[in-house]
Amino acid sequence: MSDTTQAGPVLAADGTPLKTSLNRALRRQKMRALALIAPLLIFVLVTFIAPIGDMLFRSVENKIVQDTLPLTVAALADWDPGLRELPEEPVYAALAADLQVAVKEKLHTKLGTRLNYENTGMSSMFRQIGRDVTKWDLATDGPFKEKFIEENKGWGDFATWRTLKSYSPTLTSGYFLNSVDLEKGPDGIRARDDNQRIYITLFIRTLWMALVITGACLLLGYPVAWLLANLPNKSANLLMILVLLPFWTSLLVRTSAWKVLLQEQGVINDVLVAIGFVADESRLQLINNQFGTITAMTHILLPFMILPLYSVMKTIPPSYLRAAKSLGATDWTAFWRVYFPQSVPGIGAGAILVFILSIGFYITPELVGGTKGVFISNRIAYHISSSLNWGLAAALGTILLAAVMLLYWAYDKIVGIDNVKLG
Amino acid sequence: MKLTKLLVATSAFAISAGAVSAEDMTIVSWGGAYSASQQAAYHDPYMAANPGVNIINDESSAEAVAKLRAMNEAGNITWDVVDVVAADALRLCDEGLALEIDGATQLAPAPDGTSADEDFGELRVNSCYIPQIVYSTTFGYRTDMVPAGVNPPDDICDVFDLATYPGKRALEKRPINNVEWALLCDGVAKADVYDVLATEEGQQQALAKLDTIKDQVIWWSAGADTPQLLADGEIFMGSTYNGRLFSVIEEQKQPVAIMWDAQVFDLDGWIIPAGLSPERQARALDYVYFATDTQRLADQAKYISYGPARKSSAPLVGKHATLGIDMGPHMPTDPNNAKNTFLYNYEFWADYRDDIDAKFQAWLAQ
Repeated sequence: MSDTTQAGPVLAADGTPLKTSLNRALRRQKMRALALIAPLLIFVLVTFIAPIGDMLFRSVENKIVQDTLPLTVAALADWDPGLRELPEEPVYAALAADLQVAVKEKLHTKLGTRLNYENTGMSSMFRQIGRDVTKWDLATDGPFKEKFIEENKGWGDFATWRTLKSYSPTLTSGYFLNSVDLEKGPDGIRARDDNQRIYITLFIRTLWMALVITGACLLLGYPVAWLLANLPNKSANLLMILVLLPFWTSLLVRTSAWKVLLQEQGVINDVLVAIGFVADESRLQLINNQFGTITAMTHILLPFMILPLYSVMKTIPPSYLRAAKSLGATDWTAFWRVYFPQSVPGIGAGAILVFILSIGFYITPELVGGTKGVFISNRIAYHISSSLNWGLAAALGTILLAAVMLLYWAYDKIVGIDNVKLG
Repeated sequence: MKLTKLLVATSAFAISAGAVSAEDMTIVSWGGAYSASQQAAYHDPYMAANPGVNIINDESSAEAVAKLRAMNEAGNITWDVVDVVAADALRLCDEGLALEIDGATQLAPAPDGTSADEDFGELRVNSCYIPQIVYSTTFGYRTDMVPAGVNPPDDICDVFDLATYPGKRALEKRPINNVEWALLCDGVAKADVYDVLATEEGQQQALAKLDTIKDQVIWWSAGADTPQLLADGEIFMGSTYNGRLFSVIEEQKQPVAIMWDAQVFDLDGWIIPAGLSPERQARALDYVYFATDTQRLADQAKYISYGPARKSSAPLVGKHATLGIDMGPHMPTDPNNAKNTFLYNYEFWADYRDDIDAKFQAWLAQ
């Protein structure tokens, strides 16, 4: 025992300190592990993270004004929109020069579309001026201020120039302001008019309905999962197929099936009328509203709740319940104090899956949601494929992503992500 | 050894399968009966005349502008010819995503020698666009739901008249067309509609008029919605494309009729994406030269009730290919149907689309 009091570090067989040698071995192992996952990592980085990053960056990117009208932006540098006066002739001359280049490269209408998002009417101003500006001789045809205003009185409008000036930096907060119902006014940031506010409402509605759907899935899924876990294998298998069958059916087919069921001349209303529960002229409005969205989405997302619940419940030994009861617990106490706490990790996993999936849902609300049952993702899709305002879509998407991450973080703080089990 | 060979063989096969054969041509359209009419009138005869070319159909026209923009940014354009509405052609041409086509040299003249540009007239909204058909957005209604003792609806304002014509309506979930109809029925003269709509008060006036029927409206976003809702008896009347109504009425024999009043004309036509390789571009140009000549445009009307965009095609429109009925009276451009029409104002909507849409969506969400 006495000769363990050895001074200095412990040495390995080859004389190097054991700690260094161990570290080296571990590092080698780590490198090997990294090399093994490298293909996947690179794949995910290249095909997933990078494009998403690029898309999200569009929410602040605004190089188009600077790139298309470099001379005008420079000339506008010392124009003060606070004075509320039109810029002087040199700015108009610079614009004419910029536009001649832009028209040749067919960039002016693209810029018009971009600025039209901020100031209605600028799209046609750029298209119109593009037809004539190439005929002007920059050296002799001045002054251009009158020529521009003659072409379209929008060029003599103070708001046009304020828009150009405030969107000339290469980064903009405009899209983010827009996605929380704000805008850049003449005296700084202000709320949009009442009749144009929409996104805050939609964000709140999306979160609220996702919560309701998660709750409905839990209420309906918990008993089913319990049955699955506790029935004899043969009947449990049959039940499992019933759970999975809709899961394997196309999303569109299931949504259309709900349309057939829920519409005013649909199956449910027909049955209710036939048994005299509702009168023929006052059929229930079950679709094209929030109820339709919640019903159809609960049905579609139910397997995502049942499966994690089931796999957790399967691991709870039935003997615990029997033990509780033999010690004098009532059925309810035995369930609530013994069984339920052990199923919480499954609830956590199911709830997080359903909630996050439903926040991004898009096709089902579009088909059965009417006007009050649509989500923020429907607007994102609209801006991506229809209005082509990708900057705004990116800003809305970024906010949605941040909201989900924030909720995930809060969830981790409250429930603890270690308590989530998929099986 | 064997395994390596197998791997090499399969990957070689995968590579060759992935590469597009030189003679494939991807044509993008809307799907459904419309694509079928193009297949019969254009694609099949073209492939018969050019056995080397294989036409692949893609049904992505609804997202054509977004996808072409993405393809252009990625530098890999996989489409050769794309069918779009005039408003989208305007945007594609604006963004430099569509090829400019010279009507005098790159399009077929009419049989009497009239140049293509003259034959299309103002329907050729810009130099990128080769129009094919004129369609209209108009109302269909259930004939069996017209209240007893009341004339069937024949005026656009009957849509807003819930007292005489009670029942649900289907309208498209966007402001375009709806706000124009609302203003027309709120006392605004047809010539002033767009001037009024350009003002804040005019926009509010239109939404206020729509507000009077809001709780009776089902908002649609796909062209197939209204025909389905009509067939199911879910709605009394609804707006949709006239070709869809034709197939509900004549092919499915549903108790539905068309109310042509204040129908809004719009166009469908081809564009060729900018930035194709020279040989693909040449092939696409060859295809549109063939597919937009006078006879081909008239042929399409045998399969669907859309009017050909060339003036010279109109006299050649005959009977439906399988139903054998005369197609003339079913065309939106037929004088009996076109007593009161509206031409979609592309320039106005290019400017006001974002602004009015924001207000419209906020109004819908209220």
